[in-house]
Amino acid sequence: MHIGKYIDLVHRTEEDLVKAFKLVANAHGDEVDVYQTCMLLSSWSQKLADEIEVFAKKYKEERDEEPDRLTQTLLKKTRKGGMALLRDLHDLYLIVSEVEVCCTILKQGATGLRDKELVASCEEVERQTKRQLSWLTTRMKSAAPQTLIVAE
Amino acid sequence: MQETRNSINNIWGERTPYRGKWPVRVDQRVCEEPDKWVQSACVLCSNGCGIDIGVKDGKMVGVRGRKEDVVNFGRLGPKGLHGWVANNSKDRLTKPLIRKNGKLEEASWDEAMELIVKKSKEIIEKQTSLGIGFYTSGQLFLEEYYTLGVLGKAGLGTPHMDGNTRLCTATAAAALKISFGSDGQPGSYSDLDTTDCILHFGHNIASQQTVLWMRILDRLAGPNPPKIIVIDPRKTFTAEKATVHLAPKPGTNVPVMNGLLNLIIEAGHINKEYINAHTVGFEDLKKIVSKWPPERVEEVTGVPASKLREAAHILGTTKSLVSSVLQGVYQSMQATAAAVQINNLHLIRGLIGIEGSGIYQMNGQPTSQNTRECGADGDLPGFRNWGNKEHVQQLADLWNVELDKIPHWSPPTHAMQIWRFAETGSIKMLWISGTNPAVSMPELSRVRKILQKEDLFVIAQDAFHTETTRYADVVLPAAIWGEKTGCYTNVGRTVHISHKAIEPPGEAKSDLDIFIDYSRRMGFKDKDGTGLIKWNTAEEAFEAWKECTRGRPCDYTGMSYAKLTGGAGIQWPCNEKYPDGTPHIYTDGVFNTASDYCEAYGHDFDTGAAVTEEEYKAIDPKGKAFLKGADYVPPHEVPDEEYPLWLTTGRLVYHFHTRTKTGRSKDLQDAAPDGYVQISEQDATKYGIAEGDMLEVTSRRGKVVEPAKIGGIEPGTVFIPFHYGSWDNDDRPRAANELTITEWDAVSKQPHFKYAAVKINKTNGFLHKVSDVFDTIKDKFKQEEA
Ligand code: SF4
Repeated sequence: MHIGKYIDLVHRTEEDLVKAFKLVANAHGDEVDVYQTCMLLSSWSQKLADEIEVFAKKYKEERDEEPDRLTQTLLKKTRKGGMALLRDLHDLYLIVSEVEVCCTILKQGATGLRDKELVASCEEVERQTKRQLSWLTTRMKSAAPQTLIVAE
Repeated sequence: MQETRNSINNIWGERTPYRGKWPVRVDQRVCEEPDKWVQSACVLCSNGCGIDIGVKDGKMVGVRGRKEDVVNFGRLGPKGLHGWVANNSKDRLTKPLIRKNGKLEEASWDEAMELIVKKSKEIIEKQTSLGIGFYTSGQLFLEEYYTLGVLGKAGLGTPHMDGNTRLCTATAAAALKISFGSDGQPGSYSDLDTTDCILHFGHNIASQQTVLWMRILDRLAGPNPPKIIVIDPRKTFTAEKATVHLAPKPGTNVPVMNGLLNLIIEAGHINKEYINAHTVGFEDLKKIVSKWPPERVEEVTGVPASKLREAAHILGTTKSLVSSVLQGVYQSMQATAAAVQINNLHLIRGLIGIEGSGIYQMNGQPTSQNTRECGADGDLPGFRNWGNKEHVQQLADLWNVELDKIPHWSPPTHAMQIWRFAETGSIKMLWISGTNPAVSMPELSRVRKILQKEDLFVIAQDAFHTETTRYADVVLPAAIWGEKTGCYTNVGRTVHISHKAIEPPGEAKSDLDIFIDYSRRMGFKDKDGTGLIKWNTAEEAFEAWKECTRGRPCDYTGMSYAKLTGGAGIQWPCNEKYPDGTPHIYTDGVFNTASDYCEAYGHDFDTGAAVTEEEYKAIDPKGKAFLKGADYVPPHEVPDEEYPLWLTTGRLVYHFHTRTKTGRSKDLQDAAPDGYVQISEQDATKYGIAEGDMLEVTSRRGKVVEPAKIGGIEPGTVFIPFHYGSWDNDDRPRAANELTITEWDAVSKQPHFKYAAVKINKTNGFLHKVSDVFDTIKDKFKQEEA
């Protein structure tokens, strides 16, 4: 059974997100709404990570040995300024999308296993992930024209 | 000076108890007998009292309330009776000014406007029109906002336009949109004539809309007085009259409302039929509020469980209910989420769209409703939805421009973001009209820094020198109320006309004329190459605006200058179907939420994330109202060891905004001459503070020095009025906004003025005059009763 791999993947990516959101929050602290919302979204990821951790223990026989594919390359270090903000939000979007895909796959497995609790947790991850993506999209959209056209 | 009453000593005047109707009482104050009276409405708060301006030999000599007006039936408050004297002030701006070698020097209109046009073109060349931003007001007239909206959106094509209404009423609009699909107050002031219960949430109505409060006082003095519930951390004039007063800690409005809703739902005091027929989301709301039993509410908010129960019982059993919400909610944590809970309360009880029941998501400023309607704030004119291509196309057709000329690719830029773009240097020109951000914005040291930036060209259009004009590159002298004709709409959808009574001083021009002049000089054209702005007069602008509102919730098509002249104000929608206007909207329980009609697709309360068109269409409520719950999110800054007290800010009865007008009325100024810091008896004892001691109040962002005023506030919290800047007193820093935080509500983008962590220190000073400065205290009542 390989379900542990995907539990692990979701868990680790959420933990990465806890850090990634904080990183971006601090790098762009002057954009007050970015700071506050990223801190909030970081706390959501922490909650999700804790929730999934329970299942990581339950299905512990197999862990994912592959290195983190995304956080390895994304958000290595954050940058300052308008363009950097756009790129950092963009990177966050990709990492959150990774959770979204993992979770879709995991939920299939959980449903097949008839593990109602895991299904419920997957749904919670899906719900919160969607909200995170939705904010990132909104914020990128509002920053994009000014950044791409005007900002030096 | 002849006056029918002394409104300084007796703010609300003699009681005229209800006898079926609200009796007429004409309040008047003149310095000479006028030779004519000119119809208008007061522009010193959102109540919009009908007023006549007395004129003698071309000079304003006084005012009287209009007895035929449905808003006030002749009454006026202290600001209405005294504010007009500002028009006659000697220090009005009468000539354009241009900064040369660091100093503002007189110039001709041609010079000033050509300079603005030259700058605009240079910026457009390099940065596109995204380099230009507008920051307007809640005090211009409808015709002016609409003209500004059109030239900004279809002339320049910049999304960077907002008003100081972002600071005062953005949450009202946001909350109405979230629940009902569009802006627009469901109720009517006439609901106060019959209602059994009134709920004021973060709204010190007695100080803010004094005439509306008179209406309530007269109900209290008549038969069947209504019960009054007040939610406010301070013991305000309003709270003094409450049947139940809940005083939550700053930033805990959502838990209080969740607690009330939970008790009402648990007791079964809900209208199931109405909920099923006219709303969506009840089960989710119930789930969220069920987590807030009274004991938990008490723990988080400090409101005793027994008091919460008492309030919930009244709100759950009353047969009719009028609620009003204002800055205590709008400028605090979770602003939109908390304001929406009032809409939820009315919806689950089915108390909406019927006589005696109404909701007032209040406005602060007199014409802020029009800033919102006309697209001079972040919205599209006529409550259109920027996310709906059809709506944008309607405007493109109306203005005869290409669809893509109108910025609609992302949300219009809200004020705080406009200032941020100016700070980071991508906005190069900021055109400020009719407002004074150097006193009214949060964190003033930052605002001053931005205004002083070398690469930011600042235009300030005003009637007086203000703290803001000091930093302007061009100052344009504006004609104000009484010196130009135009219309404006009060918080109750009531539209008034205000006729020109006197000539503006010197070369001052109306904002309308200035905007039209700019548009012509810039050469803004429509698709056919004819001028974009097709009107020259206010009446023509009004006619153009009417077309823009056709078929929209704020339909003005049935009105005209002739119809508005002579009688009372008229409530929109006013069209063929409702030729005399409409007291209540949503009488059939059909709301403006259908996906092709709604003004917005909604937002996530916690993050502000926008719901997309596809997402909305998938859940299209087709006219049902949304019930949306919210869980508690604690404030971002809370008192700690270093800054142990909560600061909250607010207004005084005698002043408006930053006192540019009211500070120039001797009587109003003498009644409230200076700022102060209000502190509880307990804290005063703890710090060894006596009344009048000068205190230094410091936050992480700045410092002010204010005399102490003791009592009328919960321990742990201090209050400073926001009106006082430095234009008439430069002795000490005293603007409350030196201390406030740069942060805002995720949905409405309204800044959080209502909480900040501060510390206080005694200085050696003492101010005797402070005993004149009161707003919430008991002695005022003793005086009234005596
Ligand atoms: S209540 Fe408002 S509109 Fe009426 S007189 Fe007073 S300030 Fe003016």
